[in-house]
Amino acid sequence: MQSKSSMREAYGRVLVELGKSCPDLVVLDADLSGSTKTKDFGKNYPDRFFNMGIAEQNMMGTAAGFALAGKIPCASTFAVFATGRAYDQVRNAIAYPGLNVKIIATHAGLTVGEDGATHQTIEDISLMRTLPNMTVIVPADAVEAVQAVTAAVAFRGPVYIRLGRPAFPDLFGDDYQFQIGKAAILREGEDAVIFAAGIMVSKALEAAAQLSVEGLDVAVVDVSTIKPLDRETIVKLAEKTGAVVTAEEHSIYGGLGSAVAEVLGEQCPVPMVRVGVEDRFGESGSPEELLDAFGLTSEHLVKAVHGVRDRCKKR
Amino acid sequence: MSEVQDELIGGLQTKAQAIREDIIKMLAEARSGHPGGSLSSVEIVTALYFHVLRLKSEDPQWPDRDRFILSKGHAAPLLYAALAERGFIPREELLTLRKLGTRLQGHPPWGMVPGVEASTGSLGQGLSMGLGTALAGRLDRRNYRVYVLLGDGESQEGQVWEAAMAAAHYRAGNLTAVLDFNGLQIDGPITEVMSPLPFPDKWRSFGWAVREVDGHDFQDLIAAFDWAKTIHDMPSMIIARTVKGKGVSFMENAAGWHGKAPDMKQTAQALAEIGAGTDFKGDNKHAE
Repeated sequence: MQSKSSMREAYGRVLVELGKSCPDLVVLDADLSGSTKTKDFGKNYPDRFFNMGIAEQNMMGTAAGFALAGKIPCASTFAVFATGRAYDQVRNAIAYPGLNVKIIATHAGLTVGEDGATHQTIEDISLMRTLPNMTVIVPADAVEAVQAVTAAVAFRGPVYIRLGRPAFPDLFGDDYQFQIGKAAILREGEDAVIFAAGIMVSKALEAAAQLSVEGLDVAVVDVSTIKPLDRETIVKLAEKTGAVVTAEEHSIYGGLGSAVAEVLGEQCPVPMVRVGVEDRFGESGSPEELLDAFGLTSEHLVKAVHGVRDRCKKR
Repeated sequence: MSEVQDELIGGLQTKAQAIREDIIKMLAEARSGHPGGSLSSVEIVTALYFHVLRLKSEDPQWPDRDRFILSKGHAAPLLYAALAERGFIPREELLTLRKLGTRLQGHPPWGMVPGVEASTGSLGQGLSMGLGTALAGRLDRRNYRVYVLLGDGESQEGQVWEAAMAAAHYRAGNLTAVLDFNGLQIDGPITEVMSPLPFPDKWRSFGWAVREVDGHDFQDLIAAFDWAKTIHDMPSMIIARTVKGKGVSFMENAAGWHGKAPDMKQTAQALAEIGAGTDFKGDNKHAE
């Protein structure tokens, strides 16, 4: 069984480290610091930690104010509130002026689990991706999460980082080098390619392993930066394989699948299947039950690869 | 009143007159925009830019400068006029307001216009940004102050009260808000649309030091800004009673003039009523 690590724990730890090397770093939270793991930063740097209470709009506006004065604010809460509850603040106070605010949100997607639809954002990537100036990153494991947060703090401009609630399977070793805007090819292949993000990257690798038993050679790409999208890698793999599947724990509208379809539609139209949440809200359940119920498993990806290859044959 | 005080207030009055003139000309040229709430705040903003704020127009990013955030961003013409009169932007540029390619956007954009301290226009957001900047100043041990101008209609936005709560919680003594209490919003009197009253009790109960002034009386305004500087353990709120459209008879107390520009005839009348301004460099002893 593959080892797993919590991205949130990793986020909490890297924040404390960054607090040492980056005196301008300030952290804001909205009464969820125990869950987002920003609490440890608060313990280590009480002067630079601001619990803003259950008031996400003011938190985003205050973060903008810190950035106006030259600070590097990280604002954390659940993804559904960071992007939905405070959308206008993120749009007008942060993205429009291009302020140096890092929105690092946890508990994204269906894997929030038992709390149900109100807390399961399946549209956050879509909301953030359409904002000019915004960079959007969806790490696939704890190692990538740490590197993404570090890169975001070093980067100048607004960044949205989407983290999950449960522990995700470990994918990357210490030698991995995350770069904003660069997709990581985790497995080469000729017969199809799966572009995945977040927890679906590990599912895509499982699917590719199952397909290799059947003699199919499927590439897997971790598209951790959804904006700016690594168009070059995406077009290259689409050209090479001629059959594309996207996989994300997000609505099939507006997220990774849409972003890839936009690029390929213009530059390299090939048969494609988007695996994600169909046009419906989530519900209560355990994370694994939900992923299964909403078609976000390696088995579903295997079917999707077969489906897209069948369409290629018919062409 | 001392002679020095007389001279200061006379100078500010002249400046206010020039700014009113600029506002009318800008709106007439742009053929759209918000005269009512620009004119009601003229004395507040004039007192700030020509007496209160420590600024260097030749160094707009001076780290120790005081900050002014126009939360009621639709009064952009007033802000641009003050910035032009204060030497941050060329006066000739004022007539580019709202035109394609201009820096002078319909609502103030940060990063484009020197002296504009925050992007505002979506109401209710300026106080939060002011709070963040105030807390950053305290962290950096800088002694700048942050001033935020709010509208009374704007006070219907929930975020204003989130920020009010947080500023008191964090004892942001370097944060002063001014409320332009003109009593009108687009759809009519604030008390008819959605009453945010009583203002003084609300702000006091949120943990702010509160003072009420006549928002067109420079002496009153200056005394209030001096008072605000003496408060260090809590944020301060200056509630300024004003007249919407102040200075132009047909715009005064008329909600219909919230967001429309005067035509040529109305412009001529408005300018005549305001009278021509003289060239005053200001009595900003803190500046430069």
